[in-house]
Amino acid sequence: MKRRSILLLALTAAVIASPAAARAPAKEILNVSYDVSRETFADINPAFVAHWKKTTGQDVKVNQSHAGSSAQARAVLEGLQADVVTFNQVTDVQALRDKGQLIPADWRARLPNRSSPYYSLPAFLVRAGNPKGIKTWDDLVKPGVGIVIPNPKTSGNGRYSYLAAYAYALDKTKDPAKAKAFAQKFLANVVVFDTGGRAATTSFVEKGQGDVLITFEAEALGTAKEVGPKVQVVTPPVSLLAEFPVTVVDKVADQRDSRALAEGYLKFLYTPPAQTILARHYYRVSDRSVSAKYRQQFKPTRILTVEQVLGGWEKVGKDHLASGGILDQVFVRK
Amino acid sequence: MSSRRRGRVLPGFGLSLGVTLSYLSLIVLAPLAALLWKAGDAGLATLWAGISSERAVATYRLTLGTALAATAFNAVVGFLLAWVLARYRFPGRRLLDAVVDLPFALPTAVAGIALSAIFAPTGWAGALLEPLGLKVAYAPAGIAVAMAFTSIPFVVRSLQPVLEDLEPEVEEAAFTLGAGDLAVFARVIFPALLPAFLSGCALAFSRALGEFGAIIFIAGNIPMETEVTTLLTYIRLEEFDYPGAAGLAAAMLALSFVTLFVVNALQLWRIRREGRA
Repeated sequence: MKRRSILLLALTAAVIASPAAARAPAKEILNVSYDVSRETFADINPAFVAHWKKTTGQDVKVNQSHAGSSAQARAVLEGLQADVVTFNQVTDVQALRDKGQLIPADWRARLPNRSSPYYSLPAFLVRAGNPKGIKTWDDLVKPGVGIVIPNPKTSGNGRYSYLAAYAYALDKTKDPAKAKAFAQKFLANVVVFDTGGRAATTSFVEKGQGDVLITFEAEALGTAKEVGPKVQVVTPPVSLLAEFPVTVVDKVADQRDSRALAEGYLKFLYTPPAQTILARHYYRVSDRSVSAKYRQQFKPTRILTVEQVLGGWEKVGKDHLASGGILDQVFVRK
Repeated sequence: MSSRRRGRVLPGFGLSLGVTLSYLSLIVLAPLAALLWKAGDAGLATLWAGISSERAVATYRLTLGTALAATAFNAVVGFLLAWVLARYRFPGRRLLDAVVDLPFALPTAVAGIALSAIFAPTGWAGALLEPLGLKVAYAPAGIAVAMAFTSIPFVVRSLQPVLEDLEPEVEEAAFTLGAGDLAVFARVIFPALLPAFLSGCALAFSRALGEFGAIIFIAGNIPMETEVTTLLTYIRLEEFDYPGAAGLAAAMLALSFVTLFVVNALQLWRIRREGRA
């Protein structure tokens, strides 16, 4: 009886959701993701749907939701029915474990590359001809340089930019006090803190704010392609690895009986067709052949990692991001 | 024709009161209770630390200052608008009347993006103001502009019906008794408008205090400089700092209550004074 009513409910939902009610009820999953991945997943999802149809014969649908990574994590914790999350921040996925027990503790071990199917790094977007001569992180703390980054408090993108500046200084000076001073100077040069990555891009490109936008290399290259010669990308010689961790949200997937589809979706992200789409959206990927094919679009960069330089995400969470941590100390202007 | 039945044209007082009270509890009191619950959970010391931090205090100063500026601006312009709409007949009046409601209808985020596009140095207004040394977008002035935009209908819509209902006979009587134009306005018209004017301004002020969507796109959001309290509340939530957010929200709520209380007290005082006279 109960099962039948659930079935009826699902059917009704499917009928409401799909205008072509005559078709068999389609299975759907919701992918809750970060702000600037909109276009990427808009390309990946149809490819996955075709792939799923070919391998299983099922018609499925993938819905998307985008906003700042941390805002999304909070939404999922408060009940947004995400079957999978694709975030830009390990701490945001970890929050699903720590604050809601929605996923198991070993979530990072469930998929290759610590559950990060692709990666990127904070890079710079400057105005045509690079009038301020910005090449590396040291150029950003000079007086008179206006920086645009999303708010590191609300955006994973902005957090990577802050951490990259700090990690760069720490790697160079090996002195936490100097690194902290560097990060302070860096943040003091910021002219606009938008709440999300895309808003920051708009502030820099459309509204002419600042001399340099710091954002994911993928967003920088994609923007440069879109808006043409009035901006150019500068990839710094050293930057920080930005991972994009993904996971099935077990509690939701089990409730909605969508695990097979959700897992299939995430595994698909590692296959050459998906990796090709990701590379076309200027993400760096780990698939050898795809990465070789798209090598020329990326500048060689020495990539620091949170694990090597900053002692892992847990430590970053405690030292930098927690209330009263280093970020709070250098963020607030005196 | 019994006076006992007056005010009860429709039956069902018990039912309608029940529905009203449950509805109010559900959409107004329940969220407030949840807020206080969250706030109470944290303990007073944590809560106070969140409310009184240097950064939070900077947001109060900024939010209050810009909200006052926006309200002052709206008091003048809103009065003028209501006056023109109520007192004059001209082509396009109905259109203008409809346009006044636009800030209510427009999603505030859209308003914020549009305003920041206009007032950014690359926008047409910004391009005119920037050479004069007036920075609006990404400065406190931009916050006041966004607040003024979203809250002006409150002033206009509070005043307009009162203005329209003013009996022309009263003014005429004042004229026949020898009052000049200025005296009629200051001693006859304005006192009649004052309660509506004050409550309109107070509503606009409360709305400005709570504005979020329109502001975050034009403010620049720099801590200690252009960060409003609502944004800091949002940031605290992003950090999973629920006590911090609840503390700030409670502070905002207290401010709004004080505003409304002051206005009520003002009106009461006025009514009493007039009763004596």
